Amino acid sequence: MFHLILFLFFGAICVAGAVNLLVQSHPINSALSLIVVMGALAGEYLLLGAEFVAAVQVIVYAGAIMVLFLITIMLLNAGKEERSKGSRVAILLGVPGVVIGGALIGWTILERPNPGAVTIGALKGDPAVIARLLFHDFLLPFEVTSVLILIAIMGAVVLASRPEAVARGARKDG
Amino acid sequence: MTQNPYLWLVPLLPLAGAAINGFIGRGLSKKTISAIALVFCGAAFGMALAVAAGFSSASSPYYCDLARWIRSGSFQVDFSFYVDQLSLVMLLVVTGVGFLIHVYSVGYMWDDDGYYRFMSYLNLFMFFMLTLVLAKNYLVMFIGWEGVGLASYLLIGFWFTKDSAAAAGKKAFIVNRIGDFGFLIALFLMIKHFGSLDFTHVFGAVQPLPQETAGAGLLTAIGLLLMVGAAGKSAQVPLYVWLPDAMEGPTPVSALIHAATMVTAGVYMVARSSAIFDRAPMAMMVVAIIGTVTALFAATIGIAQTDIKKVLAYSTVSQLGYMFMACGVGAFSAGIFHLMTHAFFKGLLFLAAGSVIHGIGGEQDMRRMGGLRLYMPWTFLTMTVATFTIAGFPPFAAYFSKDEILWKAYSSPNGSWVYWLVGVITAFLTSFYMFRLWFLTFFGDYRGGPAAHDAKHDPADAHAMHDKHTHEGHDHGTPHESPWVMLGPLVVLAILSFAGGWIGIGGRFEHFLAPVFQSGLTSELAHQPSGEAAGKGMELLLMLISVAAAVLGFVLAWALYFRRPQLPARIAESLGGLYRTVANKYYIDELYAALFVKPLIDGSTTILWHGVDQGIIDAAVNDSATAARIISDDARHMQSGNLRSYAGWVAAGGAVVIAYMVWMGVTH
Amino acid sequence: MVPLSCYLVLSGILFVCGVLGFLIKRNIITIFMSIELMLNGVNLSFVAFAAQWHSLSGQVFVFFVMVVAAAEAAVGLAIIIAVYRTRETLNVDQVNLLKL
Repeated sequence: MFHLILFLFFGAICVAGAVNLLVQSHPINSALSLIVVMGALAGEYLLLGAEFVAAVQVIVYAGAIMVLFLITIMLLNAGKEERSKGSRVAILLGVPGVVIGGALIGWTILERPNPGAVTIGALKGDPAVIARLLFHDFLLPFEVTSVLILIAIMGAVVLASRPEAVARGARKDG
Repeated sequence: MTQNPYLWLVPLLPLAGAAINGFIGRGLSKKTISAIALVFCGAAFGMALAVAAGFSSASSPYYCDLARWIRSGSFQVDFSFYVDQLSLVMLLVVTGVGFLIHVYSVGYMWDDDGYYRFMSYLNLFMFFMLTLVLAKNYLVMFIGWEGVGLASYLLIGFWFTKDSAAAAGKKAFIVNRIGDFGFLIALFLMIKHFGSLDFTHVFGAVQPLPQETAGAGLLTAIGLLLMVGAAGKSAQVPLYVWLPDAMEGPTPVSALIHAATMVTAGVYMVARSSAIFDRAPMAMMVVAIIGTVTALFAATIGIAQTDIKKVLAYSTVSQLGYMFMACGVGAFSAGIFHLMTHAFFKGLLFLAAGSVIHGIGGEQDMRRMGGLRLYMPWTFLTMTVATFTIAGFPPFAAYFSKDEILWKAYSSPNGSWVYWLVGVITAFLTSFYMFRLWFLTFFGDYRGGPAAHDAKHDPADAHAMHDKHTHEGHDHGTPHESPWVMLGPLVVLAILSFAGGWIGIGGRFEHFLAPVFQSGLTSELAHQPSGEAAGKGMELLLMLISVAAAVLGFVLAWALYFRRPQLPARIAESLGGLYRTVANKYYIDELYAALFVKPLIDGSTTILWHGVDQGIIDAAVNDSATAARIISDDARHMQSGNLRSYAGWVAAGGAVVIAYMVWMGVTH
Repeated sequence: MVPLSCYLVLSGILFVCGVLGFLIKRNIITIFMSIELMLNGVNLSFVAFAAQWHSLSGQVFVFFVMVVAAAEAAVGLAIIIAVYRTRETLNVDQVNLLKL
């Protein structure tokens, strides 16, 4: 019972934040809405017994990635969205499409005989177990993602730097 | 049957000459070209003589298998050649007369630009004709048959830059094709019912069959279809219309192809198929009727023609009618005999006419000739021999052959006095128009000359221009004799026209050919009524009548064209419409044009060209291109560069995929 | 005791909102944030299933998803900065050089 109330509480915040992201016209407002969504999701994860994931969600996602978004928005001085000629196809085809797709998925989920319920505390998101999984069973993906991050860093540096800085760097090496 | 392993050389030597002259003749000197053509043709003639020398009736027929051709189940056809008495006669005629005409052409065509082409085509023609004559089965004969049609087209339209010549070549080829269609159907019938096209097989299968009652049966059908083919190739009614137009070609072509050899291919084919015809009396009767009708019909047209070559062309059609009449009454060897003498005298007539034309600078209208015997004595002499021959005066060659035909037409079981009567009338007409030609050309005052040459040409002799091509270098002023390279063949042919018929005295020729026609049920009548006294008397009487007809023709021509030259014009005027109809060939060409040609052309233009070609085929291609363009025009809008529209498409596609998966999940 | 389907429905709602944001919004950065929203929705469903099947691999997966999302965000924002330098605009409709 309590579980359900908490679930509904956090769920409502999630949905409200998501809808707010859609509705707001200034990107800063949308970014802050997204942070709210992520926070609520962290609450959901806790309800599902995933403490480590919840912590990582707050620290990495809400704390780092969204900060990055905010910095970029402020750096580029993004203002309110101006109206522009969009694509008719996106509205006419895409929105009904996604709504229908979503409805179908929802119908599929709800139509199934009850697969089971989740109780608080049934699963322990023990960091030790997760660490074992991470460094033992999933070691290769772990290492590959480290390489991925490295590449991402290099790419981001190159892409975002000023053109003459790159050229100077290239001339210095070559 | 004995084998003669060298027989294949006879047709293929001229082919080699044609190939050499055809491919590299453009760069050779005229002397070389002439040498090549004459050597290869002469070699074929030499080989023919060798075959003749080694020929013995006991070991005939000779065969030579050159190569395999068709093997299809139980049906097989090879490239094989064959010589029996009939082929031997044809072989000697074709190679002999052909060689003489080659020699003549060297002189006649010397000044022409396309000289190498002409000699190449002549050799090519020899190859095909020899293939036809020496064939051992109907299919190889058909190769030769088609090939001589092709050579005829090439040679008739030799001066192809002239519209009328090109059109004449086309007409010849197309009318021939109509006949060939009949021939082909007959071949198919033979394949179906006899399983083979080889002469020995087919005639062996036909042997045990009985004579068919009139109108019924397979052999009648085959015979009639073969006759259709022969009517096309040998210019009989109703497919004769190409032969007068074929006079557009150079005179040696007319002599070789349209007098001596190609047009006789039909007669040869009918004679070769004698076994089939003997057993189909209905078909034989049709053959005889066609021949008789043609003979009379063409002779009537011939008396009103003014172009010297046209007279000879209609004369050819008429004489071919005689040959078919002979075959139609069962006298095959008489028909072949006449074929042989006809080759001599008709070839001579054409060559002499060419010499006349050459000598007066290209003029062909007889109304502008006259008195030429003083200028061209040798031409006059040889042409005189030919004219007396064709009229049927004894002891010239054609008297024997024509008389043989008339006698057989009267006395044979398939013959009747009607054939004989028409034949005699035609003989009278032949004599008349030939002597008319003789008088108009060689006697009287010379009506030609530079004044008459230029300026206006009547429509009737607008085609007199073309022979002028070869005579630019000549002095148009006075007529002159031709060089000896042209006169030599004339003399040889004149000797043959005079003496060539003596081979038939006493039935020796018939006896020689008898083994070929032995498979007939109506066996050769040579051994039949000669014993009866009444028959002998009848024969003598009929002979006298035919000679009288010839003399009568001579007298009439002498009266009209020598004694009173103004008379013919007045007669023509008084006859008015009738004369005009005959002079315009009974308007048959116009009739065919209206009945067949125009509807075909109109139908083709409307239905096939506009309807099918433009409307369906072109439209299909064009419309598919247009459709592609329209579709891509619409599809182009998908690539707009707009990120959101791409996302929209992805979302829509994703929805489709999800829907499909849900549906799959639900239904299974 | 919350049935699993509730979590999945919530995850679906978040995902749909993310796609709608992608389609509707005109600012590139906002579009990016919609992508992050989509990823979050998916993360929720991973964790829900991990809870149901009592397998912590689901949570490890979430971990990896977050790592990739971080990398992608970094690179994507760098691209946006580079585009802004040349185009002087953050309006996605004006970055349409990809058309034929």
